[in-house]
Amino acid sequence: MTNLLLEWVIKTIVILFILVTAVAYVTLMERKVMAWIQMRVGPNRVGLGKFRLWGLMQPLADGLKMIFKEDIIPLQANRWLYVLAPALSLIPALMTFIVIPYGSHITIFGYTIELHVTRMNVGLLYVLALTSVGVYGIVLAGWSSNNKYSLMGGLRSSAQMISYELALGLSIVSVLLYTGTLDLVEIVEAQSGFHGLAWNIFHYPLLILVFVIFYIASLAETNRTPFDLPEADSELVAGYHTEYSSMKFVMFQMAEYLNLITASSIATTLFFGGWNGPFVGRLPLLGPLYFTVKVLALIFLAMWIRYTVPRFRYDQLMRFGWKFLLPASIVNIIISSTVILFMR
Amino acid sequence: MELEKLLFIVFAVIAIASALNILLQRNPLYSALSLIGTLLALSALYVTVRAEFIAAVQIVVYAGAIMVLFIFVIMLLNIPKDQPQIEKQKALRYLAIPFAGLMIAEMFYVLRWIRLSTLPPVPAGNAEQAVGTTWSIGTRLFTDYLLPFEVTSVLILMAVVGAMVLARREGD
Amino acid sequence: MVNYVPVLLILIIALGMAAVIIILSKLAAKSRPTREKLMPYECGVEPVGTARERQSVKFYLVAMAFLLFDIEAVFLVPWAVVFRDVVRSEAYRHLKYVFYGEMMVFMVVLFVGLIYVWRKGILEWNK
Repeated sequence: MTNLLLEWVIKTIVILFILVTAVAYVTLMERKVMAWIQMRVGPNRVGLGKFRLWGLMQPLADGLKMIFKEDIIPLQANRWLYVLAPALSLIPALMTFIVIPYGSHITIFGYTIELHVTRMNVGLLYVLALTSVGVYGIVLAGWSSNNKYSLMGGLRSSAQMISYELALGLSIVSVLLYTGTLDLVEIVEAQSGFHGLAWNIFHYPLLILVFVIFYIASLAETNRTPFDLPEADSELVAGYHTEYSSMKFVMFQMAEYLNLITASSIATTLFFGGWNGPFVGRLPLLGPLYFTVKVLALIFLAMWIRYTVPRFRYDQLMRFGWKFLLPASIVNIIISSTVILFMR
Repeated sequence: MELEKLLFIVFAVIAIASALNILLQRNPLYSALSLIGTLLALSALYVTVRAEFIAAVQIVVYAGAIMVLFIFVIMLLNIPKDQPQIEKQKALRYLAIPFAGLMIAEMFYVLRWIRLSTLPPVPAGNAEQAVGTTWSIGTRLFTDYLLPFEVTSVLILMAVVGAMVLARREGD
Repeated sequence: MVNYVPVLLILIIALGMAAVIIILSKLAAKSRPTREKLMPYECGVEPVGTARERQSVKFYLVAMAFLLFDIEAVFLVPWAVVFRDVVRSEAYRHLKYVFYGEMMVFMVVLFVGLIYVWRKGILEWNK
């Protein structure tokens, strides 16, 4: 039992460490991608001593700056909730990563380690539950700031999140019809066939539509453009995080990027075979590599969309979520189940 | 068994403490947050009896949808903090104590007749017999318990219509 | 059940992280509060009125609609998980079409609910 506990603690700490670093470098990636799309270069000066290092130390510099910024708590704000809200946003965002499989297993010194922290037979539902809880950080941040912009931004953001959560959940149901299990490890293992290319999206082509719905819904869930009206600078000041400064603001940003990474990870697990790819059977270490490449590709896609497409107006956004995406995902479930019933 | 007992005690204490906090807080928003805490602790208790599906669903529906609704309502209506009220009929306070005593006595009477051994045993590996797993719910809900399930759909439809009608009447 | 202990583990570690971050900023940052810094932000002008006004009832309606369709999604999950096995298995052979049909009935009833909400205009204007 203590052996197991030790294994869990080590895996959790390793994953958290990798995550925090990943979030920092995803922010750099965002700025670089934005720059290249806008025909400029992006941060390329912050290096180490004499060496420019292509701006790779930028996130470190940003982090240090943020720690030293003054932490202002507005006078009328509800102190307890004001401090709780960013934590309530960050913690569910971090907790999803214990069920995602990063690889099959590796063997060190004769000890086999499975590359997922834990294996739940309701793994997918656990991720959905954490997404549902993530709404609270935003709505409480909006309320506790005691600022009209924050409150409106918070309410609008959370209303947007819950509306698209439906389309997200129902598109996951569509995938469940094919996988027959909620266990993410099993879902990925089932995509191992055919030299590691039996990904769900190739095996069941109808899932392409489902993936599109899932991806759009997750862009809306994570409050990214084109769905970022509640936090766009020119629209609502900064929405629910207007009154936040220094590290609490950093926590909100971390939570947002973590949610993006989570959505991309779940999408690769469900649709693109997770850690599967050519030759994973012989070289298990390729698993995490394939997984990382796929997740980065989906994150890049999100950023590409962000710097290409204009924003939705809020009423267009809600209309799209309820009148198009929700019926589309319901129709998808009906079609998928009919296909499974009558074929094969 | 030790781990289960320990986890049970921890989560039971959290659940009861949060539940008490709901009553003790003046600010309705804090009460709502305590209720969320209670629901999360209950969900953990469900996990300790191997009803993981129910635990996850509890968070998705109860803590993730119903409580969001509660919190929206509290924020929309701007419900003020509870003010201490002037009591009109102090005598009722003295009547409350014997009634509370009666209720507690009744609870003890009912609980005496429950034997813990009559709870279904926790099966090891036999998914068909388990209660609360996804497979058992999926198969039983749509075969043995089909009528309650279909009635639920009508119930939800009624709730949709009712909520919309009630809310629109005031704003219209 | 033992598999769920890491959830508790990461909860505690993540709470610790959040606490460390907050304490770090409290220690490292200077605090020089001035009247302007502590006021609620309103684009540089003095704030007019309070933030605790009544908000629109549309948010309540959206939350209500979300709740009901979320419950529908929750009923769909166990059905979807066992659907393939039930439809292919021998034990439930006679129930194949019934299993499919009854969920279609459920979804139709809820689709009617969606159409009602749609026609009533709740999903409209500024929403």
